[in-house]
Amino acid sequence: MTDPLSAAVPLSLADGPLFGLPLPELWFALVFAVLGTFLFLDGFDFGVGVLFATRGTDGEREQLLAAIGPFWDGNEVWLVVFGGMLFAVFPEVYATLFSRHYLLMFAILGGLILRGLAPEMYEQRHDEAWQRRWGQAFVVGSIASPFFLGVFVGNWLFGVDGMASIASLLVGLAVVSLTVVDGAAYLGVKTRGDVRLETRSFGYLAQVVYLLAAVAALVVGSRSAAHVDLFSLPTLGLLGVTVVLAGGYVAASRAERHYLAFAAVAGQVYGLVALVATLLFPLVDPVTGLEISDAIVSTLPLNLSSIGAALLLPLVVSYFVVLYSAFSGPVDEGESYG
Amino acid sequence: MIDPVIASRLQFALTTIVHIIFPVMSMGLAPFLIYFTWKEIRTEEQVYEQLRAFWTKIFAISFVVGTVTGIVLEFEFGTNFAAFSTAAGELFGGPLAMEGMMAFMLEATFLGIFVFGRERVTDRLYMISSVFVGLGTWLSAVWILIANSWMQTPRGYEVAMQSGQPIILLVDPIAAYANPRFPWMYVHMQNAAVLSVALFMTGVAAYYVWTNRDTEFWRKTMKIGLAVLLVTAPFQAIHGDAYGRHVADTQPQKFAAMEAQYETDSSVGLKLLAFPTSVEDITDPHAEELFVVEIPFVASLLASGDDPGATITGLDEFDSENPPVAIVFWAFRAMVGLGFWFILLAFWGGYRWLRGELFEDDLLAKALVGSSVLGILTVELGWIVTEVGRQPWVIQGVMKTHAGVSPGLTGTEALITLAGFVGVYAGLLTLYWYVVVRLIREQAPTRPATPNRDVSGPEKGVPGDD
Repeated sequence: MTDPLSAAVPLSLADGPLFGLPLPELWFALVFAVLGTFLFLDGFDFGVGVLFATRGTDGEREQLLAAIGPFWDGNEVWLVVFGGMLFAVFPEVYATLFSRHYLLMFAILGGLILRGLAPEMYEQRHDEAWQRRWGQAFVVGSIASPFFLGVFVGNWLFGVDGMASIASLLVGLAVVSLTVVDGAAYLGVKTRGDVRLETRSFGYLAQVVYLLAAVAALVVGSRSAAHVDLFSLPTLGLLGVTVVLAGGYVAASRAERHYLAFAAVAGQVYGLVALVATLLFPLVDPVTGLEISDAIVSTLPLNLSSIGAALLLPLVVSYFVVLYSAFSGPVDEGESYG
Repeated sequence: MIDPVIASRLQFALTTIVHIIFPVMSMGLAPFLIYFTWKEIRTEEQVYEQLRAFWTKIFAISFVVGTVTGIVLEFEFGTNFAAFSTAAGELFGGPLAMEGMMAFMLEATFLGIFVFGRERVTDRLYMISSVFVGLGTWLSAVWILIANSWMQTPRGYEVAMQSGQPIILLVDPIAAYANPRFPWMYVHMQNAAVLSVALFMTGVAAYYVWTNRDTEFWRKTMKIGLAVLLVTAPFQAIHGDAYGRHVADTQPQKFAAMEAQYETDSSVGLKLLAFPTSVEDITDPHAEELFVVEIPFVASLLASGDDPGATITGLDEFDSENPPVAIVFWAFRAMVGLGFWFILLAFWGGYRWLRGELFEDDLLAKALVGSSVLGILTVELGWIVTEVGRQPWVIQGVMKTHAGVSPGLTGTEALITLAGFVGVYAGLLTLYWYVVVRLIREQAPTRPATPNRDVSGPEKGVPGDD
């Protein structure tokens, strides 16, 4: 296969990074941005799943399911894209990180299976015992998925070479709390009346837990991880922004400015992944000591993935805009799912 | 404790075998759903609205289960096959990332509109959504099969050493992605998916016809399914024949295993039917010792395309160990046998239809009911031939499967997750089956059984939108 076309394309693309851009660093940022997008979007699905446990009536539970019904599957795909991107541009990191945290990865998958399946099953039958059981499964899956994902991120950040550490368990707790805040803020936008009022008080509580757990995780984790520098300017800056956004969320929510409150939560989620990325940089895996420049794929596949992402990600964003505008506005009590 | 290599391979086999059911359902249903949506919008006939609404529900549950089982596969490359992922990441990771961004995103977002949005969006956006969902499922297969076909016929790469480990570098993406196997695999798989769903639809409809509970909905389903079966079943055989030739050219060891041909021979006959005369023939078939009904020269003819005297290289000629011949040999025979059964069913149904007796033949109805999930079974058999036949290689001629397994993985860890998957996936399949049967029973328009099928009572049931 040496026709002129196939010979010409790889040659020029293999010469150097496209437009001389710092592609390895950009991809490092992009991978975390995609993880953040997953945590923000599927995060409110998880949070709604946790808050599902606080709703007693059939109508309200249906309302919560209807609020995430058309969206959760698309939101979860961000995790698939995160995995695919990590595989494509940092294959060695993808392989060592996933195999090192073997059981943890399957715990995440188990949580996601439960969370995805439970609402579908819940709707199948309307007898009480059935719905109670699948309702519980939905709650468990919605707690387990972000918790184990948080522990994974904690292990990654602090370079834990075992199942978990105190610090990574605290990250797990922090991520679950953040998803509850996310879910409550989302329900602020998507519901009205009692559901909105009552879930938001859980949101405030979770917001406090998030701040405490995140700070505790950093303090504990930094003692055993030399690369985690708590007192650098970016770290302190991101922590400060997070505290301001947390206050902003509560204030905006109390003032019934629900979109603003939701945006303040989004800022915190992206703030969290930005913090993780900043603390790691320039390492990409502390356990093996791999730095971004060691772990990155060679120039040709890197350029190809960059072209793919540059062309496709704007399209993907437009799909989400179409989807969310088609189902804009709050759902009402008893509105059905499926 | 169990060998982590064995456990990882069993686990990957199990999780893929279960997962592939759901993409087959969604890829196969996609063209039907686009057609139903288009007819619904164009004709405003109620039956098309019912068809679209009902089969969309089957699509939606298949998609959900396909999503959660699909992420498992993506993660397993890292968890269980870290050495493979590190070595082949340059060629293998890219297509997976592209699949996520180009295909899965398209599918999952527009599915939200397609499942929940009939009353909310314009006809135009709804129609576009159905096309995008279908396009997403088919594009997804493009990238996944690019990745898989590259493992069968690797091209466009170089092997280099990086800190003592072999690493596979991408040098020519066009040669790698448009590798010789890809078009064969894609056409065979997509046609198989549509064929499997056509069989499923026809089989379910035939059940209601057979039990005299058919309505216009089920009659239409049966006719549409049968029409598609009439095209896809013969096409799959014709295509499969040429595909086999391609395999003989590019993976001669796999082809020899498919024929259980140990000794190199010329003028080989095609073993149309192979009868085991002892248990050993089942577990360890040797072409030379089996009692077979064969067509002289045809295996040689198949492998070469034009020469009945052509030589087929026997398994004994290859340096590497053989794939598990029994599995490949019998799976291949079962796949081909079922493929011919589908052609027979299609012609039988077509003949009855032509004579205006499609709904009168109880034996045909029973045969169709009994065959409703055989299409999916046949897809599984085909993949077993493809994947088991490639062993001992994970990348044909480049990397052996055992070398691809994660180095740090312990037998205990691998056993825990393997046992977990056996339990969880048994539950998952049971629930999926339960939901599908329940949807068919409760959400599709049927009428109560009447003793005389000429009585056309009013149609009971409501369209599935609720």
